[in-house]
Amino acid sequence: MIWKIIVGLKAGITDARGNRVKKDIAEHLGIELDVVRTHDVYTVDASLSDADVERVAHGPFSDSVIQDVAINQPLTRDCDMLIEVGFRPGVTDNTGRTAKEAIQYLVDRPFAPEEGVYTSTQYLFKGLHDKVTAEKIAGDLLANGLIQRWTILAKGETEPPVDAAAIPRVVGQVSTEVRQIDLNVSNEQLVQISRDGMLALTLEEMHRIRDHFTDPQVISQRQQCGLGSQITDVELEALAQTWSEHCKHKIFAARVFYEDEQGRKEQIDSLFKTFIVGATREVRKNLGEKDFCLSVFKDNAGVITFNDDWSLVFKVETHNSPSALDPYGGALTGIVGVNRDGMGTGMGARLIFNTDVFCFASPFYDQPLPPRLLHPRRIFEGVVEGVEHGGNKSGIPTINGSIQFDERFAGKPLVYCGTAALMPRLLNGQPCHEKKVQIGDHIVMTGGRIGKDGIHGATFSSEELHEGSPVTAVQIGDPITQRKMFDFLLLARDRGLYTSITDNGAGGLSSSVGEMAEDTGGFELHLDRAPLKYQGLRPWEILISEAQERMTLAVPPEHLDKFITLAKEMDVEATDLGVFTDSGYFNCLYQGQTVCCLSMEFIHEGVPQMQLPAKWIPPLVNEPAFAEPGDYAQVLEQLLGRLNICSKEAVVRRYDHEVQAGTVVKPLTGVTNDGPSDAAVFRPLLDSFEGVVVAHGICPSYSDIDTYHMMACAIDEGLRNYVATGGNIEHVAGLDNFCWCDPVLSEKTPDGPYKAAQLVRANQALYDYCVAFGVPLISGKDSMKNDYQIGDRKISIPPTVLFSVIGKIADVRLAVTMDVKKPDDLVYLLGRTEDELGGSEYYAQLGHLGAHVPQVNATVALQRYRTLNQAQQQGLLASCHDLSDGGLGVTLAESAFAGGYGMDVDLALIDAPADLRADKLLFSESQSRLLITVAPQHQVAVEELFCGQSCALIGKVVEAPELKVRDGAGRVLVQTPLDRLKSAWQAPLKEM
Amino acid sequence: MAAKVRAIVISGNGTNCEREVAHACRLAGADTDIVHISELLADRSRLDDYHFLNLAGGFLDGDDLGSAKAGANRLTHARVAGRQDSLADDLRRFVAAGKLVMGVCNGFQLLVKMGLLPSFDGDFRQNCTLTFNDRGRFENRWCNLQVNNHSPCIYTRGLTDIFLPVRHGEGKFVTDSPETLERLEKEQLVVVRYADAQGDPTLIYPDNPNGSVAAIAGICDPSGRVFGLMPHPEAYVHRTHHPRWTREDLPEEGLGLALYRNAVDFIAATLI
Repeated sequence: MIWKIIVGLKAGITDARGNRVKKDIAEHLGIELDVVRTHDVYTVDASLSDADVERVAHGPFSDSVIQDVAINQPLTRDCDMLIEVGFRPGVTDNTGRTAKEAIQYLVDRPFAPEEGVYTSTQYLFKGLHDKVTAEKIAGDLLANGLIQRWTILAKGETEPPVDAAAIPRVVGQVSTEVRQIDLNVSNEQLVQISRDGMLALTLEEMHRIRDHFTDPQVISQRQQCGLGSQITDVELEALAQTWSEHCKHKIFAARVFYEDEQGRKEQIDSLFKTFIVGATREVRKNLGEKDFCLSVFKDNAGVITFNDDWSLVFKVETHNSPSALDPYGGALTGIVGVNRDGMGTGMGARLIFNTDVFCFASPFYDQPLPPRLLHPRRIFEGVVEGVEHGGNKSGIPTINGSIQFDERFAGKPLVYCGTAALMPRLLNGQPCHEKKVQIGDHIVMTGGRIGKDGIHGATFSSEELHEGSPVTAVQIGDPITQRKMFDFLLLARDRGLYTSITDNGAGGLSSSVGEMAEDTGGFELHLDRAPLKYQGLRPWEILISEAQERMTLAVPPEHLDKFITLAKEMDVEATDLGVFTDSGYFNCLYQGQTVCCLSMEFIHEGVPQMQLPAKWIPPLVNEPAFAEPGDYAQVLEQLLGRLNICSKEAVVRRYDHEVQAGTVVKPLTGVTNDGPSDAAVFRPLLDSFEGVVVAHGICPSYSDIDTYHMMACAIDEGLRNYVATGGNIEHVAGLDNFCWCDPVLSEKTPDGPYKAAQLVRANQALYDYCVAFGVPLISGKDSMKNDYQIGDRKISIPPTVLFSVIGKIADVRLAVTMDVKKPDDLVYLLGRTEDELGGSEYYAQLGHLGAHVPQVNATVALQRYRTLNQAQQQGLLASCHDLSDGGLGVTLAESAFAGGYGMDVDLALIDAPADLRADKLLFSESQSRLLITVAPQHQVAVEELFCGQSCALIGKVVEAPELKVRDGAGRVLVQTPLDRLKSAWQAPLKEM
Repeated sequence: MAAKVRAIVISGNGTNCEREVAHACRLAGADTDIVHISELLADRSRLDDYHFLNLAGGFLDGDDLGSAKAGANRLTHARVAGRQDSLADDLRRFVAAGKLVMGVCNGFQLLVKMGLLPSFDGDFRQNCTLTFNDRGRFENRWCNLQVNNHSPCIYTRGLTDIFLPVRHGEGKFVTDSPETLERLEKEQLVVVRYADAQGDPTLIYPDNPNGSVAAIAGICDPSGRVFGLMPHPEAYVHRTHHPRWTREDLPEEGLGLALYRNAVDFIAATLI
């Protein structure tokens, strides 16, 4: 029997959600409506009595203080139009799951497999009369057609009946079919097989597979397991996942044939090994006994020391492709996914904070959108909400992040999600950051169930966004199921109930079990034992589904019962799926029949190395000639209001950045708690004052001139932010996330060699500067296909690297914030200002790119950062703020209005070339510069510390709340009240 | 003597603040255990063994059916192994025994939706609720709170104002009728209110972050021993928690800790 329970607010109660929707419709779609109200709908398909349903409706499903309930009839007919939005079949419905559990408690029996609860939302409109507009509101704002469906009822139309057709149940037949695929076909057909199956395998890779399967030894071995000579769909899918760009990083592993601008040629055997692993090896060698790295590159996240008892785990991921299709689900999955990386590192770790960096096109984009692209404003909204739910509900504070804007991110938004975690140095006497599966350990999957969601996520993100991009690649995360699982796993870890753990991300069980089995050299996995969300999944789908909230563990036989019992008590599903062996084979069975038998060696080592041509031809760029601005104050206000500079407070406040009570330097700071912090300082142990400092650098705008300097600037920016708050420059690790446009030469990418050369140059800088700064890289991730191509329209993102840094501050009570503190404090600019405005915000405001991209001198910068640390340790700094987008002008304004006191500075005192024009002095983006304020009694000490370095006393903090900038020749360039500057900075995204 | 005060913080199903709440209880001098709800349902751990129950912030069951609704349903209907009682029965017995209960954020929502607050005449009937913020958004911001000195609340004794963070999407306090609000006021059960910079209760955003009626941020039961509030006292137990600690002279200890100290001192004086 099916019941439809509708819950709505009583008359007179504010409908905050309805009001928000009304406002969004007006702002996004330009449609003014009279009233929007909302109802929650629960469609219950279960064997219940009418009395039970009454109890449910008036119990857990509604709040009698503010809500009314109707069962199997409309709650009200008082509207002009009703739109009801529900999920498509198979899409994760978290509220439906919770509603089902609530009924089970109430009637004291579990639901049968075919019983369920499905949720939807009704939007009731007044002032909306035509269905065409209603359709637009539904499709463009209320719902995402990929995962949701809707019905529209105009006034007077009858409600559809409450029947089976109304519920999005997946009705599938149990399908045990395993197809055999003939690979002895033409090249065209091989390519077709790969494209049709969303396999993302190249022709060369298809050949490699075909050849493997004609090897007589392979054929005879297959006969022994009851398999024919043709590859099964399970095997082909497993290979496609494992060999995908997403999992195998084929571009970073490629042999690159690089030619520079002088025609010098060199071969690079793997960018990853040469520059990333190479840099870390060199840095660790130089650190010697001071090396603080514990586990790098080999696990789901990197691990460094925190103190003698604790280790620090850090990972940053991207989730770009899914976020392009479903911003909310994509971003939510991004954050809960990277959380599993922390949990799945070593023997598991407790998550302590998240970081988020997004790259979008302007939310105010007003050009026609190419097909299949969502408006940047919807992407912005959805991503922010996804991360909000993912982080807040998981109880993990989001403490650091930023948002970058460039029109090209309309083609693909970038969604970077990071997580740090803490683990004991030793667990039951063994290093906690190490793990090893033993032969005979059971393969146990915990957490969520497997569905069709997330099938082909790994291969999908290994391609550009195109017409056929699959809907099933989109998933919705479930933070609570994951939270419950993590509570259980930390207990199981401490009790020593497992030997290894990893997460199920890209490639699902295929990747997680396949990778863990490298410890033993084989496994036997029974796909039919895996718990499913619904029937109808074929064996290959079970193997590669990326359904969320799942971890895979190796549990010794003697602990299996204890493990499963503890899971059950804590309401977590745990299932024994097979054993790890030393057979040498990736072996999957379904109902006792072998459906996949691949040699471990072939699946892990068989992928051919890609050959990548790369040729660097520097772009033709020029420095613009233009007149000095007449009104500096106006220019400064314009810059403060640029999207890359303006306040992101509306977003920051939606993230819980204080849960766990460790956030010492919060994202917002200053006299009215709204200034922009450079980095976050976090105290992970409540009984200690040792802290973690986290920051990042990202400068895609410099890529259009030279990715070498883009990378150098991103590293410097990350470290600059880090030291500004007090992070110890001697104990800091880096993490690189490359997001590139496809650099592989092909018909659709004729400029591949240029993009590949940009990649080489960024990697060269990564090596050079990490070694020079002494910063080891501990983990990272690349996302290499950030293009959009439909028809003739191609949009490639600017090459972008997020450089995240994590390290230590010995005592958080010595942290420094960016807001000026007291009148009469002295203002110093550390670092020389050069004519470096190429790719700057100032040039962009004037419509120029420029040529003089900022360059980093690591030797000078490192000395400055070390000295800054000394000054912080001695408590000499009142404030410290880095100079980045918008240069000195923006930094002065931010420090002043955050602190609530004015500043009076003279540009003539700046360390810079003598003839540099005032606008360049104010807005140059020369790197490694910091603005500090110092109480007068510390003047001598500070000047002694920085003696011999670029350290210019340029002015002082003043009581009057205005920023005054003079040019030394008696001209006052800027004299503006702080509240005016602050308003300009806060205005653009205030209402997002 | 204070060392004998035993505090429990329940965790599981989406609680998030159990560690810092336990830390605050310990700083205040209580022996404190974080106990997973499965331990209570398995009857391996019992509320009866404690004096001070803390319901911490979080998102019980994702707040999917409305904040704390599914959590309240579980406590009311899930049976403790081997007994006929639910945890809600245990909880009512705990309150009747004169013990202390504090719910913060999601814990406050839970107490209100289970009818434990305000529980006029000990009736355990729900007549208030916490619903979506007027702006329809989750927000993290620090708020000034005015303390009602006439309230029977034992936690806020000696305090006049507190500065604490709110971190919620469903914190707007409303009552089922004007009569309920009138009775809350008359019996002085409103303990803390959102206040402006001058310290006066306000209905204006952002000082009142959610639109709560009468600026109500927290209430207690007539005994003053059951107390719930949306702002997080456990988030301000040290000066470095304060958002302006780098620019203001602040006492080492955060004001939020005073609430826990009052609870522990009260127990030490009256229950042990």
